[in-house]
Amino acid sequence: MQFEWIQIPYALLTLFIVINFGLLMNAFVAKIGARVGRRIGIPIYQNYIDLIKNYALRSSITHGVMFYLGPVFRLTGGVGLLMFVPTIYNSVMFSNFSFAGDLILALYFIFFGTLGMALGAGESGHPHAAIGVSRGLSQVTMAELPLALAVFSIALQYNTLSVTEIVAAQQGGVLNWTLFTNPLAVAAAMLSFLGSVMRPPFDVVLAPQEIPIGPPTEYHSSYLALMQTNRVLYPIAKMVIFMNLFFGGADNWPVFFLKIFLIYMFAVFIGVVFPRFRVEQSIRWFLIWAVPIGILAVVLV
Amino acid sequence: MKEELEKRIIKGPDGLEFEVEPLRDYYCEAPPTVMPAAYGKIVEDFFNWARSESIWILGFGTGCGAIEMRPLMTPRFDAYRYGVQWRPTPRQSNLFIISGYLSVKTLKRVIRSYEQMQNPKYVIGLGSCTINGGMYWDSYNTIKRLDQYLPVDLYIAGCMPRPEALLAGFMDLKKLIRAGKAEGANEYAEKFDWYKTNQKQVINDWDMPDYNW
Repeated sequence: MQFEWIQIPYALLTLFIVINFGLLMNAFVAKIGARVGRRIGIPIYQNYIDLIKNYALRSSITHGVMFYLGPVFRLTGGVGLLMFVPTIYNSVMFSNFSFAGDLILALYFIFFGTLGMALGAGESGHPHAAIGVSRGLSQVTMAELPLALAVFSIALQYNTLSVTEIVAAQQGGVLNWTLFTNPLAVAAAMLSFLGSVMRPPFDVVLAPQEIPIGPPTEYHSSYLALMQTNRVLYPIAKMVIFMNLFFGGADNWPVFFLKIFLIYMFAVFIGVVFPRFRVEQSIRWFLIWAVPIGILAVVLV
Repeated sequence: MKEELEKRIIKGPDGLEFEVEPLRDYYCEAPPTVMPAAYGKIVEDFFNWARSESIWILGFGTGCGAIEMRPLMTPRFDAYRYGVQWRPTPRQSNLFIISGYLSVKTLKRVIRSYEQMQNPKYVIGLGSCTINGGMYWDSYNTIKRLDQYLPVDLYIAGCMPRPEALLAGFMDLKKLIRAGKAEGANEYAEKFDWYKTNQKQVINDWDMPDYNW
C-alpha cells in the first residue's frame, strides 16, 4: 500500500475511536458484573474520571530511566499493534498503515509491551513487581505459543501474510469465516486469547488478592494513567487481529463494536465461571490443551 | 537501629565487595515540598471535580473500624457507584482511612504508607479513637489525637460509625475536595518538622529514614 500523509490523521482518528470505545466497554462490562451481583456498579463514565484524576495528580516519583520507559513501551505496543492492522475492511480511512507482511509485525508487537513492562517494573525494585513480572512473562510466553501456531496455520491456509488479504478471503457469508474453514486454529487462538487479557482464570499476575498487585505496584500518577490507557487499548487492538483473522473482519463501525464486544465477552464468561489458576497450572493447561490443538491445526491445514 | 539498616560491606555472588547503606540507598533524601495548584481556576476546578469523583482508598485497616469498610463493597452499600474503590498499594491511593484506634506500632507503618502516597492525598479519621483516643484514652500504646501526627481532612465520629456514616463522610469529603480545601499533603509538607517531632515523641524505636517516598 502506498503511503500518503492523510493516513496519519486517519490512523489517529482510529486510535481516538478505539480508546473511547475501550473505556466505555470496560465500564460496561464492570457494570454488567455489578448488576449480576445485584449492585448498581460504577458509572459508565468512571474510567474517564479515573484517567483524568491520575493525569492530574501533582507529584510523581521515579525509580530510574527504565521506570519511565516501561509504560511508554507498553503504550507503544498497544498503539503499534492497532496502527499496523486494518480496523475496518475495505475502508480507505480506517485501513491504517497495513501492508503486505503486517501479520508478522503484529505478532511482534503483541509481545513488545510485555517486555517493556517487565523491564520497567523490574527497575521499580518492589518485590511484588519482580514476582509479578516473572509470573507474567512465563504465562504470556506460554499463551503466545498456541497463537503463533494458529497464525502459522492461517498463513498456510490463505497463503499470505497480509491481514487485509486474509479478511478479503473470508468475505461472502458466515461460512467463509476462518471459524468454520479452520476451526482448530481458531480454537487454539481463542484459548491463547484467554491467557493474555488478564481475566480470572489467568490473572494471577496482577490480581489484587494475590500479590498486590503485581508489576504495576510502584506505578502511580501519569505512569499509571498511561498504563490505564494501554489497558483499554491493547486488548482491543489484539481483538481486532482476532476479528480480522478468524471472524471475517468488519465492514463498518457498528459491526466492529459488536464483534469486539462478543469476543471480549467470551473471555469474561470464562472468567466468571472458572477459578484462578496458579502459574504452573496455567502453563500446564496451555501445554496440554491449547498447544496440541495448534499443532494439529498446522498439520491438518 | 535494626541491624539490617546499618551501613555495611556486602560480598556479591561474583566475589565483588561493595558498601551498602540502606537508609541512603533505598529511600529518598529530600523532604516533601509544597505543591500548589499549578493551573488556572477553571482547569483546577475540573481536576478537583475529577479527584472528588475518583477516590481510591488505601486498603489498610489500622484498627477495628476496618470491619465497617468491608460492607461498603457489598450490594447493600456499594460504594463503587460513588467512584470509590480500594487499591492495594499506597502509590496509587488518594485516601487513607485511619479506621479506629491507632497503636504506636501501627503508626510507624501508617506514616510510611502515607508518605508514599502522591499529592494530593486525603486522610479520614474513622471513629472516636482518632479524635480523642475514645475508649483507649488511657491506653499505654495508642495515640490519642490523630491530627498531631497526620493532617486529617475529615473525622467520622462514633464507636463504631455505621457504613452509612462512612458513605456520608465520603460525600462530605467530595465537597471539601471540590471546594479546594482538601490540601492535607501541602499542610504536611509545610509543617513537616512539627509533624516529625510529634511522631518521634511517641515512636521510641525510630528505625526508618525521615523521608520515605
